[in-house]
Amino acid sequence: MVSLLNKAFQDAKNEKRPALLTYIVAGDNTKMKSLEILKSISNYADICELGFPHNTPIADGGQIQTSAYRAIKNGIKINDVFSIVKEFKKSKKTKPIILMGYYNMIFQYNENKFLDKCKKIKVDGLIVVDLPYPENKKFAARCKKKRINFIQLVSPTTSSLRLKKIIKDSHDMIYYISMLSTTGGKLKVSPKKILEKYSKIKNHNKSKNVVIGFGITEKSIKSLKKADGLVVGSAICKEISNSIKKRQNPVTNVTNIVKRLKNKIK
Amino acid sequence: MKLKRGIALIDQHDQHGFWGGKFGGSFIPETLKKPVEDLTNKFKKLRNDKKFLKKRDFYFKNYIGTPTSFVKLDNLTNHLEGAQIWTKVVSEANGGAHKIYNATVHALICKEMGKKYIVGDTGAGYAGKMLSMAAKKFGLKCKIFMGAKDIKRQKPNCDAMRKNGAEIVPVHSGSQTLVDAVSECMRYWVSNCENTHMCVGSTVGPNIFVKICGWSTAQISRELKVQLKSEFKKIPKKIKLINCVGGGSSAYGFWSEFIDYDKKQIELIGVEAGGPKKSKLHAAPLSRNAKIGVLHGAASYLCQNSEGQINDTESISAGLDYPGVSPIHCFLKDTKRARYTYATDEDALNAYVMVTKYENLNPSLEPSHAFAEAIRIAPKLSKDTVIIVNSCGDAKKDRDILKERLGKR
Repeated sequence: MVSLLNKAFQDAKNEKRPALLTYIVAGDNTKMKSLEILKSISNYADICELGFPHNTPIADGGQIQTSAYRAIKNGIKINDVFSIVKEFKKSKKTKPIILMGYYNMIFQYNENKFLDKCKKIKVDGLIVVDLPYPENKKFAARCKKKRINFIQLVSPTTSSLRLKKIIKDSHDMIYYISMLSTTGGKLKVSPKKILEKYSKIKNHNKSKNVVIGFGITEKSIKSLKKADGLVVGSAICKEISNSIKKRQNPVTNVTNIVKRLKNKIK
Repeated sequence: MKLKRGIALIDQHDQHGFWGGKFGGSFIPETLKKPVEDLTNKFKKLRNDKKFLKKRDFYFKNYIGTPTSFVKLDNLTNHLEGAQIWTKVVSEANGGAHKIYNATVHALICKEMGKKYIVGDTGAGYAGKMLSMAAKKFGLKCKIFMGAKDIKRQKPNCDAMRKNGAEIVPVHSGSQTLVDAVSECMRYWVSNCENTHMCVGSTVGPNIFVKICGWSTAQISRELKVQLKSEFKKIPKKIKLINCVGGGSSAYGFWSEFIDYDKKQIELIGVEAGGPKKSKLHAAPLSRNAKIGVLHGAASYLCQNSEGQINDTESISAGLDYPGVSPIHCFLKDTKRARYTYATDEDALNAYVMVTKYENLNPSLEPSHAFAEAIRIAPKLSKDTVIIVNSCGDAKKDRDILKERLGKR
């Protein structure tokens, strides 16, 4: 059976464009609102990443930190995150959803219980920011057993030897971090350089879907069109912050951004 | 779970970096894998490199000023009428606290790695002050990350950092204390790891930082062992080594040479920050039985809620105000080699008042927590028991807090 993730990449490929992946934080700024945003942007996004917020996010920049703190302050709990996914999947059965967060939340919930829950509510993939290879081997194997994609991260500092091993251990999708930065930094590497490294990863195993993330905005997305997929997160979280500040509806504003992002890569 | 004899505690972890199979590790983003690996390899080489060791010892002696003195507190002993109370005045070290050992070693490593920039976190400001001193000494550019709340309450150390040419980066996120400073420092390192070295200010963080810090502060107990033998002719039969524990770097340094001894002969007592008497908040994950969790790249007992969100902590002592604790102290707790307890803000203040009344010593609020425990147990103990408190910091930095809490003195 083809995974929903693979299918989403294939569909985008058939349209000769990269898949668009969006990231928002669950519960930003409320549980209901984030579900609304998720549903609305999924009309344009191919794959939806949903962050479960942690209050010590060591790899996130200011925009996503702000979203995470706001969600936690408004009372979001891990079970709320699950119920958002469950609600979402009721109306968007075939839209792949990836949960993303930090290991301590999974550890406290209990690894097995967490994965059982994910399987039950049909989570398609998991990204755990602070559980790198090879420490993640056992967890990744558990995910595979439950048909949940464990998504390995690769960065500009990843050595070739390590890259080889990570790709070998990866599932359907690999996430390439475009530059040395936390999320939402200014793109400080030229698209050409990023794509060079991207090709290197891709050439190891063409069957893996490789996405690029970190620092991608409306301005830069077009230049990276060659990739299998592109992730936009901070730019979206920033729009939620701006909408709240201006007392506008974040659902409309965020949907408009995602629509524009999609048009740029068509 | 068992301690090994004859092997330094910092080296008793498994291949994944875990002590006792579950404390420590390296929970880091992929980007930091390479710099952490480079640092690990470099440190492995340097610690066996005679030239490097000679250099370390040279700066320990001539720059830090070792050994620090080991003295009996006669008046306090007489007043309490129980065990003998001694102290190792580590605050005599250059800069006024034990943090100088770790800072100096990191600056030396940074030089060896050919990096020009060094960054670090700080709570009480001592780790930051010492790093800025070492950076200046070795010609490195230095940035210090510090919670906005701590900047306010530890002004004297901030002035010192600036005087040494370091840039203080105020951290406004979260609780605006040490935990946020460490996070922000790690984020900065993620973005700048190519030309920048990171110093973690205590025996916390990813495995390699626990090791480097412990290796550096171990100097304290090496000195103490020699001093004990010269003072008592041999190691006394009943010793209690009392040390405050925040991250746990001074406690590990104070104890490392004595871990192999039977605990009936040498008891190790760690004192955490119990916070204000009337508050539910504290910074005492070991003695208040917190659950194990992952923070800043390591698994340890951790002040957190049931979801895994890190709890706010509260303590009068900025240096102990941290929700996690070193994995090696978790290991010492679970193997029952060390005993951990806590002192409240009030206990620490009372201890400070008593120590400064009877002795010519000015311990900062961190070791005042340790003195509180010493004062509590000394009267119940026999006169041949030797209590030794690590006076690991000087109270100059606490000037404003002490004035506010104790009035003009």
